[in-house]
Amino acid sequence: MNTTVTSPDPLTLYGETFQSRLLLGTSRYPSPTVLQAAIAASQPAMLTASLRRQTSQGDNTSGFWTLLKQAQVPVLPNTAGCHSIQEVITTAEMAREVFETDWIKLELIGDDYTLQPDTLHLPEAADRLIRAGFKVLPYTTDDLVLCQRLIDVGCQAVMPWAAPIGTGKGPINPYALQTLRERVRVPLIVDAGLGRPSHACQVMEWGYDAVLLNTAVALALDPVAMAQAFARAVQAGRAAYLAGAMTSQDLAQPSTPVLGTPFWHQP
Amino acid sequence: MPDADLNLLINQQPHRLPVGATLRDAIELIGLKPPFAAAINLEFVPRSQYAQRLLADGDRIELIAPVTGG
Repeated sequence: MNTTVTSPDPLTLYGETFQSRLLLGTSRYPSPTVLQAAIAASQPAMLTASLRRQTSQGDNTSGFWTLLKQAQVPVLPNTAGCHSIQEVITTAEMAREVFETDWIKLELIGDDYTLQPDTLHLPEAADRLIRAGFKVLPYTTDDLVLCQRLIDVGCQAVMPWAAPIGTGKGPINPYALQTLRERVRVPLIVDAGLGRPSHACQVMEWGYDAVLLNTAVALALDPVAMAQAFARAVQAGRAAYLAGAMTSQDLAQPSTPVLGTPFWHQP
Repeated sequence: MPDADLNLLINQQPHRLPVGATLRDAIELIGLKPPFAAAINLEFVPRSQYAQRLLADGDRIELIAPVTGG
């Protein structure tokens, strides 16, 4: 957003355009310097951030705040750790004031062990946030009907998981993600569970509009190099989707013309 | 004799302030500087209301600041 270089194929969310199709989380990096370098290497569309209790002046908080400001990348605050709709609403309102943005990554956790979203209450939470003027990006499972309900209440993009947060397993249910892509018209962002650039490339090839990553980059041996690898994988997958892949088939077919093959003779 | 102090929970820690104290007093008590946001009893309180918002006995105050997130 707000860059001078314009892509012919920007990501559009809630009417705003972004030049990158990678959203990057800011947690679990070895150091703030590494995070900063990973941001520079991957040029993300948005950076996720959160809010936590503070009892005194923590240098970590002010350091992170400065880093966020310097990055000049739009911030996507999350409601991580919220277990009720009221917690979500209050956290979102606090995030709006602190980060000065209407964007919110809606996380409503239903199960602490798997961090699976509370699918029964997600549409109501999204509905209330949208009515309060938020641009809601809901973290959800890959359930088609749930995603449709989120769109029904006004979500202009939906963020299904590939696998549970932080597992790095990649798409554990390719059928569900591909079906969702075929049935749903709004932008879809795969959020959570990606571990390798090939996973990101795969979902982009399926027609997903963007990916949101954190742990896969932060916990790599070289997070900066991995951030760049993911950025390239996302671009490659997007380009492949637009190019249209051939249909796979069971029988081999020679690429090289058969006519005029030397030394060939009738057996 | 009735207790003249308010018993408060600020970020889950017990604190006492005199009757008539505002949210701004609570924030000053723990020495928090921006950026942060506040909620009382799970209800967001905008920055513009800190000085007017009177605290009540038993209020649960949450003061939260930006951190990294995924």
